[in-house]
Amino acid sequence: MTIEEIQNELIDEFSMFEDWEERYQYMIDLGKDLPLIDEQYKTDNNIIKGCQSKVWVHAEMKNDKIEFTADSDAIITKGIIAILIRVFSNQSPKDIINAEMDFIDKIGLKEHLSPTRANGLVSMIKQLKMYAIAYQTQLK
Amino acid sequence: MFNVNSIRKDFPILSRKVNGKPLVYFDNAATSQTPQQVIDVIVDYYSNYNANIHRGVHTLSQEATDKYEAARQKIQKHFNAKHAHEIIFTSGTTHGINLVANGFASLLKKEDEIIVSALEHHSNIVPWQMLCERTGATLKVIPMNQEGELVMPEFDTLLSKNTKLVFVNHVSNALGTVNPIEYIIEKAHQVGAAVLIDGAQSCPHLKPDVQALDVDFYVASAHKMCGPTGEGMLYGKEKWLKKLPPYQGGGEMIAEVTFKKTTYADLPHKFEAGTPNICGGIAFGAAIDYMNSIGFEAIATYENELLAYATKKLLQIEGLKIYGTSKHKTSVVSFNLEGIHPYDVGTILDKMGIAVRTGHHCAQPIMDYFKIPGTVRASFAFYNTKEEIDSLIEGVKKAKMMLS
Ligand SMILES: Cc1ncc(COP(=O)(O)O)c(C=O)c1O
Repeated sequence: MTIEEIQNELIDEFSMFEDWEERYQYMIDLGKDLPLIDEQYKTDNNIIKGCQSKVWVHAEMKNDKIEFTADSDAIITKGIIAILIRVFSNQSPKDIINAEMDFIDKIGLKEHLSPTRANGLVSMIKQLKMYAIAYQTQLK
Repeated sequence: MFNVNSIRKDFPILSRKVNGKPLVYFDNAATSQTPQQVIDVIVDYYSNYNANIHRGVHTLSQEATDKYEAARQKIQKHFNAKHAHEIIFTSGTTHGINLVANGFASLLKKEDEIIVSALEHHSNIVPWQMLCERTGATLKVIPMNQEGELVMPEFDTLLSKNTKLVFVNHVSNALGTVNPIEYIIEKAHQVGAAVLIDGAQSCPHLKPDVQALDVDFYVASAHKMCGPTGEGMLYGKEKWLKKLPPYQGGGEMIAEVTFKKTTYADLPHKFEAGTPNICGGIAFGAAIDYMNSIGFEAIATYENELLAYATKKLLQIEGLKIYGTSKHKTSVVSFNLEGIHPYDVGTILDKMGIAVRTGHHCAQPIMDYFKIPGTVRASFAFYNTKEEIDSLIEGVKKAKMMLS
């Protein structure tokens, strides 16, 4: 599936919920399916700065596509990174770099983009795209 | 008579909704809300007599100057300072601390020592670290215990003839502990050290008497006392303010300027360079009037009730732990649910319209001491109610259910 298809799938899934509680519950559940980062990569180097909770992300290139794994010490944050990884994992660096992110708003998570969240979601997106840029340069 | 329902009517913001729910504002330790009486003063200033002070002969400037200086006198009276010129207007607590730290740079020698407490707001430790780097002086720390209290016998052993300055907050922002500053001031004075007290968290709840305390410097922020942001005060004993060099150069702080030498203005203007936050100062005065009209004794009595109620109710939730369990506390409860990140709890509470603070509360050393990433902090003001605490309890229970 393309990034856009996955995003649309997520929009569909989230559109079924009536209120914030169900949305958050689903997000928390998505966190439980997160491809977990190998313990050896849970280093300070792999922590995304600018989150109130800790988020570790690891990226690996397989067949010209990037595979992400991650973890967080907070459950909601874990759900958020799981959503991002579902969108970005197994995609080419180029597609990740060019991906539009307005689906975040459409699934009702806009408030996580606010700077008072210590830029949690913004930093995560930035970091994932940084990995893609790094791998893209390697490919050339 | 203290009547919370009529008090709440003074605060327009308290009737707004957040995420479709009535706002429950429990982040008062970060900033307090503003009553209509103070908002009116701000509007009146910009509508009727906005002008620069201390320099114009025209009527508006006279009026603004009179109101600004009247605010200084209100603050003087409130803190019971001996002279109005011992009150320096600042942009807030942080500014006041930096002003004093900077002033001490010229007074300290290499063998000198500064004592701070383990309970400080960490951004306020930085000015002292910078001061030590500049002067070669040493920074010592009064440790804390499991209750979140400072360990006084340890403080006694840190004091020596080399101690030149002691810096302690009156009330800890992360835990709400009221520190024994009377004892600290007395002991510090016995070795000839000066004492600066950070009153950012105490002034919303109690009325310090700087003369009775015999404190050398005391700082506070207006925005935690129902006043505007970017405004605060530094109290300094006259003898100390005369001794310290000015912090910033500029207009207002000079008596005479030639290219050879400038003579500084008298107190308080020596420390008030540039055009100040005139409206902020006047509104700060109005905020102090407002709080005094309710009365600090009534405020303390009511807030203690809220604290006791919240503590009791929260502890009934299984797996909830409160950090900061001193008998001497202001109305702050810092807590965690076992195995749940404070950020998650804060996010769920926000969805329910409840504003709390989550994180390390700028007090990383305290969090390190307890080996936790942070806490959820609910801080109550005199305009909060038990019903709002009930909403918090419901919110915490819901968070626990969703997150475990
Ligand atoms: C104990 C303490 N000191 C200082 C400050 C800083 O105050 P301001 O940001 O108004 O300078 C705060 C504010 O959070 C505080 O709680």
